[in-house]
Amino acid sequence: MLGRLSWDAIPFNEPLPLATGAVLAIVIVAVLILITVKGWWPYLWREWLTSVDHKRIGVMYVTLGLVMLLRGYSDAIMMRTQQAIAVGSAQGYLPPEHYNQIFSAHGTIMIFFVAMPLVIGLMNFAVPLQLGVRDVAFPVLNSVSLWLTATGALLINMSLVIGNFARTGWMGYPPLSELAFSPDVGVDYYLWSLQISGVGTLLTGINFVTTILKMRAPGMTYFRMPVFCWTALAANLLIVAAFPVLTATFVMLLLDRYLGMHFFTNDGGGNQMMYVNLFWAWGHPEVYILILPAFGIYSEVVATFSGKGLFSYRSMVWATLGICILSFMVWLHHFFTMGAGANVNAFFGIMSSIIAVPTGVKVFNWLFTMFRGRIVFTTPMLFAVGFIVTFVIGGLTGVLLAVPPVDFVLHNSAFLVAHFHNVIIGGVVFGVLAGINYWFPKAFGFTLDERLGHASFWCWLFGFYLAFMPLYWLGLLGMTRRLEHIPDPTWQPLLLVAEGGAILIFCGILCQIAQLYVSIRARKQHLDSTGDPWNGRTLEWATASPPPPYNFAVLPKVESIDAFWHMKHEGRASDEHAYEAIEMPRNSPAGFITAFFAVVMGFSLIWHIWWLALLGFLAAATMVLIAGWSTEREDEISAAEVARMERGRLGHRA
Amino acid sequence: MTPAIQESASPLPFGLMHEHGGGPASKRIVVAYGFWIFILGDMVMFSALFAAYAVLSGNTAGGPTAAELFNLPNVFIETMCLLVSSYTCGLGVLSAERRRLLPFFAFAALTFVLGSVFLIIEAREFAGMVEKGAGPSRSGFLSAFFTLVGTHGAHVTAGLIALVYLVIQVIAKGLQAAVLRRLLCWSLFWHALDIVWVGVFTLVYLMGVRH
Repeated sequence: MLGRLSWDAIPFNEPLPLATGAVLAIVIVAVLILITVKGWWPYLWREWLTSVDHKRIGVMYVTLGLVMLLRGYSDAIMMRTQQAIAVGSAQGYLPPEHYNQIFSAHGTIMIFFVAMPLVIGLMNFAVPLQLGVRDVAFPVLNSVSLWLTATGALLINMSLVIGNFARTGWMGYPPLSELAFSPDVGVDYYLWSLQISGVGTLLTGINFVTTILKMRAPGMTYFRMPVFCWTALAANLLIVAAFPVLTATFVMLLLDRYLGMHFFTNDGGGNQMMYVNLFWAWGHPEVYILILPAFGIYSEVVATFSGKGLFSYRSMVWATLGICILSFMVWLHHFFTMGAGANVNAFFGIMSSIIAVPTGVKVFNWLFTMFRGRIVFTTPMLFAVGFIVTFVIGGLTGVLLAVPPVDFVLHNSAFLVAHFHNVIIGGVVFGVLAGINYWFPKAFGFTLDERLGHASFWCWLFGFYLAFMPLYWLGLLGMTRRLEHIPDPTWQPLLLVAEGGAILIFCGILCQIAQLYVSIRARKQHLDSTGDPWNGRTLEWATASPPPPYNFAVLPKVESIDAFWHMKHEGRASDEHAYEAIEMPRNSPAGFITAFFAVVMGFSLIWHIWWLALLGFLAAATMVLIAGWSTEREDEISAAEVARMERGRLGHRA
Repeated sequence: MTPAIQESASPLPFGLMHEHGGGPASKRIVVAYGFWIFILGDMVMFSALFAAYAVLSGNTAGGPTAAELFNLPNVFIETMCLLVSSYTCGLGVLSAERRRLLPFFAFAALTFVLGSVFLIIEAREFAGMVEKGAGPSRSGFLSAFFTLVGTHGAHVTAGLIALVYLVIQVIAKGLQAAVLRRLLCWSLFWHALDIVWVGVFTLVYLMGVRH
C-alpha cells in the first residue's frame, strides 16, 4: 500500500537531521499559523500563488533561491567544520554516511535550487520590462515553471526527514548511483526532484526565447536590446538545447533503477562513461546558463553607475553569442582522465582555452566602460568591481585546468573545488546580489540600505578569498575533494582559515538579512517616487516603481540603444499620452495545482507507491487538458483606471 | 491584435539588422513560434536517446542482435502508416483553415486510424520481442532500443490523445482562433514525430539489419 515507506524512513537514531527537520517543521507551522491568524490566505492566493505577472513570479523565484541559499550554506558550513576538525586521530562529528549526503545535497541545491531560481527570477523580473512589453509570451506557463521548480525544492528538502538523500555527489555518477550500490531512496530523491524542476526550467527556456525574439516594444530591434536581454536570450537558448539532454540522461538512469535496464550498469552491456558524457553535455552549457545572465547584470550595472553607455555594445553581444556556441564544444574537459586519447583531450583543451577570448573581450569592455566614467560606488557597483577582479582569477585557474596534463594532476582535487567556487561565487552569486540590489527599488518602490549593503559586500568578498584561496593551495598539496577525514595534519591550518572564510560569508548573509529588515522598516525614507533611482538607461526605469500590472500604459517607442536615456535627454520621458484600456492575462491556479500533483507523483515514485503515483500523474495530466480547453483568460483594465495610475506617477517626476 | 514584426531583407541571419520592429507579434505567431522552440527541445531529447542507442547498439551482452530481431516488412508497413498519416494530417489542417468541417473530420479520422495502426504494429513487435526473452532488461542494446523507439511511441500516443481532444474542441466550439492555433501546433508536433521516425527507421532498423 505504501511501497517502501514505513516508520524506518524517519531517522530517529540520527539527532542532527531530526533536529533540523523539527526546527524546519516548527518554522513552517508557525508561518502557516501566522498567515491563517492574520487572514492573509486570500491575499496570498490571489496576489501571489496564482499570479501570472512576470514581476511577481520573478520575486517568488528570487525568494525561493534565497531561502534555499540558507539551506545550501548550512551544508557548506557543516562540511567546512568537519574538515577543519576531523584531522589525524580526530574523527569529527559527522559520520561518513551523513557527510556524503551533505556534499551531494550542497552541490545539487546550490546549482538547481539557488543559482537557477535566482538567475531565472531576475530574468523574469527584468526582461519584459527592459523589452518594453507587458508580459512574457506565455504567462500561465511561466507560473507552471515556477511551481514545478518549487516542487523539486520541496522534494529535496523532504529527503532531510523522510528517508535520506543521495551519497553520490551532485553529478550522480553510475555505477555508484545504480540500484546495486545505492539501493535506498537517496538517488531517487535526487533524480525525481531534478526531473520535475527540469521540466519547469525547460518551459522557462521556451517562454523566454519566444518572448525575446517575438515580443519587443515598437522599434526595439535586436541591436537595440539591452545587453541583459541578449545574455538572457543566450542563456535560454542554452536551456532549450541542454536541459532535454539532462532529462533523457536521468530517464535512462531511472529506467536502470526502476525497470532493471542496462544503460549504465556494470553488467549487461551498460556504459558508465556514456552517463558522464551526457551529463556534461548538459552540465557545461549549464555553467553558461548561470554566468551569461550574470554578465548581463554586470553590463547594466557598470554602464549605469559609470554614467556612460556600455563600451563596444556590439562586441559584447557577439562575445555572448560566441560563448553560447562554444559552450557546447568543451564538455569533455570535465573528465580528461577518462582516457579518451591525446588528440581528443587536446581538442577539448584548446576549445576550453578559446572560451577565455570572448570572456576577455567582456572584461575589457567593462573596464573601458568605467574608464573616465563618473563612477558611483553603490552596492551593485561594488559587487561588479569585486566580480571583475575575482572572476579573472577564477578564469585563469580555469585555463590552467583546461590543459590536460595539468588536469591529470589536479582532477577532483581541492584546486578544482576552489576554481568552480571562484567562478560561481565570484561570478554568478556576486552578479545575482548586484542584480537584487539594483532592481530591488524597481520591484518594491524603495531602495535598499547602502551601509549594510556595503558591509555585506566586503564580508562576501573577503569571506570568499579566505574560504577558497586556501583550497587552491591544498589542491596543489594533493588534497582531493569530498574528504570526510583529513589524513595529513599539516593541512589543518589552511582548513581552519577556510572555515573562517565560510563564517565571514555568513556575516555577509546576516548583513543582507539586516539590510532587508532595516530597509523595509525605514522604507518611507528610501521611497523611489520617480521610478528611476539610479539615473538608469534602459526601459525598466521608464515606468513606475513598483510598475503597474501592465508595466507600460503605452508601449514605448524605441529609437536607439539605452532607449530611456535618450528619452530623458530628448525630454520625452514624461510625455502624457491618451490612454486606452489594457487587457491583461487573468490569474490562474493551474501552476500551483499542477505542482501539487507533481509533488504527490514525485513522492510516490520515490517510495514506490505506484497507485498514488498514477493518481498524481492523471491529475496533473487533467490539469493540462483543462488548460488546453479554456480560451477566455484576460481581464480588462479600463482607460480611466490606467490614466489615474499614470498621472499619479508623472506628477512625481515633473 | 498588433501586426507581426516585419523582417526586412538583411545581410545577417534571423533579420538581425532589421530596423523597423513593429512591436509584439500577434498571438498566432507567438504561440506557433513557442511551439517550434518546444519541438526543438524535444528533438534535442531524442538526439540524446539516439546517441545512447549508437553507443550501446553493439552491447548485446550475449543476447540477440538487431539482425536476429528486426522484421523489416513489418517495419515498412509501420513506416508507411506514419508517413501517410502526416499527409492526411496536413490535409486535415488545411481543411480546417478553409473552414471545411466535413473534410477536416474525415482527414482527422484517417490520421487517427493510421496512427493507431502504427502503434498496434509497434506494440506487437515489442510484445513478440519480450516473449522471445529479448525485453529491455536483457542487454544495453535492448535497453536503448526500447527506450528510443518506446519514447517515440509514447509521443505518438500523446499525439493521438491530443487529436481526439482537439476534434472534440472543434465539435464543441467550432473553428475559433484558439482552436485553430492548437490544431496548427498539433500538426507541427505530428510532422516532427515523422522526422524522428525517419531517423529511427534508418539508424535503428535499416542499419541494424545490415550488420
